[in-house]
Amino acid sequence: MSRLYLARNPRAAARSLDGEMMIMSGRDSTLFTLNKTATILWQSADGTTPLDEIVAHRICPEFEVEPAVALRDAENLARELASHEIMQISELPIAPRNSLPGEAR
Amino acid sequence: MPALATEAAQLSLVIEVGGMPVRMNTSDPGFLALLQERYAGFVTSSHRAAIEFDVDLNPPDFIDPEADVRVTRHLNLWTIERGDFHAEWDQADRRGKIRQSANPYSIDGVLRIVHTLVLAKQGGLLVHSASAVRNGKAFLFAGVSGAGKTTISRLAPADTTLLTDEISYVRPQNGGYTAFGTPFTGELAKLGENVSAPVEALYLLAQGPENRIDPVAPGEAARSVLANVLFFAEDEELVQAVFHSVFEFVSRVRVSRLTFVPDARVWELIR
Repeated sequence: MSRLYLARNPRAAARSLDGEMMIMSGRDSTLFTLNKTATILWQSADGTTPLDEIVAHRICPEFEVEPAVALRDAENLARELASHEIMQISELPIAPRNSLPGEAR
Repeated sequence: MPALATEAAQLSLVIEVGGMPVRMNTSDPGFLALLQERYAGFVTSSHRAAIEFDVDLNPPDFIDPEADVRVTRHLNLWTIERGDFHAEWDQADRRGKIRQSANPYSIDGVLRIVHTLVLAKQGGLLVHSASAVRNGKAFLFAGVSGAGKTTISRLAPADTTLLTDEISYVRPQNGGYTAFGTPFTGELAKLGENVSAPVEALYLLAQGPENRIDPVAPGEAARSVLANVLFFAEDEELVQAVFHSVFEFVSRVRVSRLTFVPDARVWELIR
C-alpha cells in the first residue's frame, strides 16, 4: 500500500486563535475553521511525515480510535482539504517551500 | 504656429479620508462642484496628494448597473471595474484614470476600493460598520444590512460624533487602532465627521428584547470581523494580508455582541 504525504499550501493563510485553527484559501478567500482532527493534520503536514505515522502518533492517542478506521478517515479528510487547495497531498514526500503563511505567527 | 486645439483647463480637488489625500483631476467645472458638495468636510486645500486620478467623463462603452465590481492586478497596474466605471491605477507612480459618467457614485466606488488596497498593505481595514466617537474613544458597530447600523447611528446622543453610518476606516496606530471619519454613507445619507479617535471596542449588532453586551469568543470575533471586511481584489498576497490584519485587530480590540432595542437607552452602555 502506498503512503501519503501532506503539506500545507503556502498560498493559504492560517492563524490559530484560542485553540481554533482558521485557514483562508488564497484562491477564492473562502474561510475554513478546522476541527481537532483537521488541525492535527494541518500542523503535522510537513511534507515528509507519512499520513500513517501522523495517524499512529498524533491522532490515535488523541481519539482512542482503531488505527485502520482513523487512517481511512484521515485520508478522506486530507483529500477534502486538498480539494479546497489549502493542503497538498502526494504519494511522494513534498519538498518544503520557503515560507508557510501563519506558521511562525 | 497657432495651436490646433485649445487644451481644456485642468481642475482638481483633493479628497482626504483616513489621512490619505487623493487628487481628482477633471476638465468639467460642473463635476468638480458636484464632488465638492459630495465630499464636503473631506475636501482639503492641500497640494500634496498620495494618489492622483484623471477623471474622464465619457462612460465606459459597456454599462451594466448590475455588474459586480472586479479588481485585478497585473504587475503594478490595478484595474478596477464595475458596470458603471472603468478605472486603472498604477501603484508604483500612484497615478490613475477613471472613466465614468458625471455622477458621484462611481467615483465613490473607486475611492472605497483604492482605500482598501492601500490599507491592506498598512494593516488597516475598511469594515462594514457604523462608528462613532464618544468621550474621546471610537466605537464600531458591525453588521450586515438590516442589523441596525443606521438605527444605532440615528439614536446616537448629542455628545457623540458620528464617523460613519456604513463604512468604518481603521488603521493600526500607537499599539492600537485608530478609527477615521469617512464620507462613505449608508441609509442615513449623512457624511461622517472628518475626525479620528482610538478604537475602544467593536460591537457585533443584534436586535433583541433588551439592551445588553455579551462577550464573544475570539474565534467568533475573527470570523465576524472577516465577514464584515470590505475587500474586493483578486490578489492572493493582499487577501493574506487582510486575513492577518483581522487577527491582529481582534487581538488588540475588544469585540462583543451588542443586543439592543431600538431606542436611545442603548447608548447608556456605550462609554
